[in-house]
Amino acid sequence: MNHRAVWAIYKVEMARTLRTIMQSVISPVISTSLYFVVFGAAIGSRITEVNGVSYGAFIVPGLIMLTLLTQSISNASFGIYFPKFVGTIFELLSAPVSYLEVVIAYVGAAATKSIGIGLIILATASLFVELDIQHPFWMLGFLVLTAITFSLFGFIIGIWANGFEQLQLIPLLVVTPLTFLGGSFYSIDMLPGIWRTISLFNPVVYLVSGFRWAFFGHGDVAVEISLGITLAFLALCIGVVGWIFRTGYRLRT
Amino acid sequence: MQSVISVSGVSKTYATGFSALKNINLDIRRGEIFALLGPNGAGKTTLISIICGIVNRSGGTVTVDGHDISKDYRAARSLIGLVPQELTVESFETVSSVLAFSRGLFGKPANPAFIEKVLKDLSLWDKRDSKIITLSGGMKRRVMIGKALSHEPKILFLDEPTAGVDVELRKDMWALVRTLRESGVTIILTTHYIEEAEEMADRVGVINKGEIILVEEKAELMRKLGRKLLNLELRNPLTALPAGFETYNLELSPDGNKLTYTYDNQAERPGVASLIRDLDQAGIQFRDLDTENSSLEEIFVSLVRRQA
Repeated sequence: MNHRAVWAIYKVEMARTLRTIMQSVISPVISTSLYFVVFGAAIGSRITEVNGVSYGAFIVPGLIMLTLLTQSISNASFGIYFPKFVGTIFELLSAPVSYLEVVIAYVGAAATKSIGIGLIILATASLFVELDIQHPFWMLGFLVLTAITFSLFGFIIGIWANGFEQLQLIPLLVVTPLTFLGGSFYSIDMLPGIWRTISLFNPVVYLVSGFRWAFFGHGDVAVEISLGITLAFLALCIGVVGWIFRTGYRLRT
Repeated sequence: MQSVISVSGVSKTYATGFSALKNINLDIRRGEIFALLGPNGAGKTTLISIICGIVNRSGGTVTVDGHDISKDYRAARSLIGLVPQELTVESFETVSSVLAFSRGLFGKPANPAFIEKVLKDLSLWDKRDSKIITLSGGMKRRVMIGKALSHEPKILFLDEPTAGVDVELRKDMWALVRTLRESGVTIILTTHYIEEAEEMADRVGVINKGEIILVEEKAELMRKLGRKLLNLELRNPLTALPAGFETYNLELSPDGNKLTYTYDNQAERPGVASLIRDLDQAGIQFRDLDTENSSLEEIFVSLVRRQA
C-alpha cells in the first residue's frame, strides 16, 4: 500500500476545499438556511406536524441528505475530472499507485468534505429548531455511508464526463429531481396512492427515510430496507469503479 | 552494456484503428542519454506513454530495470520520472507544494531538504511560494522537471523538453541533463530538433510512422555527419582516374566530367589542399568546385523520406 500517495492526494483535495471555502462550505450553509426559511417558516406554519414531528424539524434530515448527495457527487466528480481536464492526470497514471489507492484518496476526500458540510448544516438547523436525535450512532452511520456511496457515484461521473456539461448533466437531470421527489420535504405517505408507489422506485426515498428514522425513530420505509438499498447502491458503485479500472475506461487509452 | 529499459515487440493500435506503434524493439542502456528522434506523429509520445504506464499497449512487453511494467508496475514506475510535452500544472498550487505532492505520490517520505535542492538547481527557489499560474512558460517547464525529479527517479523521460523554450533555458536544461547523467540517471529525450540530439545524446534512435528505423551511437552518426564531399567540375572529361591518386577517396562520374572527393572535415588533414595541388601538378584543370555536408539532419530526412 502506497499510503504516502493516498495521503498526498487526500491533502491536495482537502487543501482545494479550504482554498475555496466560500464556495464549498459557506454556500451550502446559506442555501440550506434559505430552504429552512422558505419551507420551515412559510410552509411549516401551515403543515405544523408530520408523524408527530414539527415540520421544521421534519425537513432537517431531508435537507442534510439533499446537500450530502449533491456535495458528494460534485466534490468527487470535480476532483477526478479536473486533472483529466487540465492534463495533470498523467502524473497519477504514471505513479506507482493502485486503483484502490486512487479511489480511497479521492472518494475519501470528497466524503470527508461532504460529511463536514452535513454536520455544519445539522448545527445550523439546530439553531432554528429543536432536534432530539434518537439514534445518533445510526445517524452518523447513514451520513458516512451515504457520503461514501455518492462520492463513489460522483467519481464515476467524473471519469465518464468528457466535458463540463456532462459533469453537470447527471447531477442536474437525475440527482436533483430524485432528491426533491425523494421525500426530502415531505413524507411519501402524504402522496396519493399511485405517486407513493412510483416514489418507492426512487432510491433517494430510502436514504432520506433511513436518515429520518435515525433522527425521529420513524421513516417512510423500514430502516432495514433503507440500509439494504443504500448498501446495494454502494456495492453497485464499487462494481462500476472496479470495472472502470480493470478496463482503463476513459483513463488509459 | 546492461539495458535498463527493454521494449520488445510493442505495438499500439488505438480504438480508432490507427496503428501508432508497430512491433517496437528497443533497449535503453543504463546511464546513457538516448535521443528519440522523429517527425510529429511518429509515435514518440505514445512509446514513452506506454513505458510510463499512461497508455495501454496492444501487444509486446516492457521491462524497467527487470520489472515488468504490468505485473510489477509499482517497482517499475517508481524508478521513472516523466516530463511530458504539454505544460500541465495545477495552476492554483504553489511551486513547492506540487513538488512535495509528486514526491508523496511516488511513495517517497517527505524531504524538504531534497526539494529545496531540486528547486535551487532549477532556479525556482525564489518562486517556491508562488502560485504556478503566476509563472512564465519557461518557469512552468522547470516546475514540470522539478516534479519529475522530486521523487529521485533513476530514469528520466523528457518529452520534447525544449519545444518553445528560449535559448537560455535550453542551455540550462542541457546542463542539468548532463549533471543528472553524471549522477547515474538514465535519460531518454524525444525531440524533433536534430541539434539537440547532436548536443546531448550518447545514442540516437529514429522513429517514423510507428517504427524504429535506426538506432545508432551518436559518435557514429557524427562521423557520418563529419563526411564532406568536394565536387570538382572538370574542364576536360577524364576516361579514368589518373594514376597517382589512388590514396585519395576519389570517384569519377560516369560521363567523366566530375570528380567527387569524400573526406572527413574533422580530421587533422582533410587533404583538400594537397589534392588540389596534386591535380594541378598532374595538369587536371577544373572549372568549378563546391562542397556539401552530409548532416545528421540530411541522414534523418533521407531516412524518413525513404520510408514514406
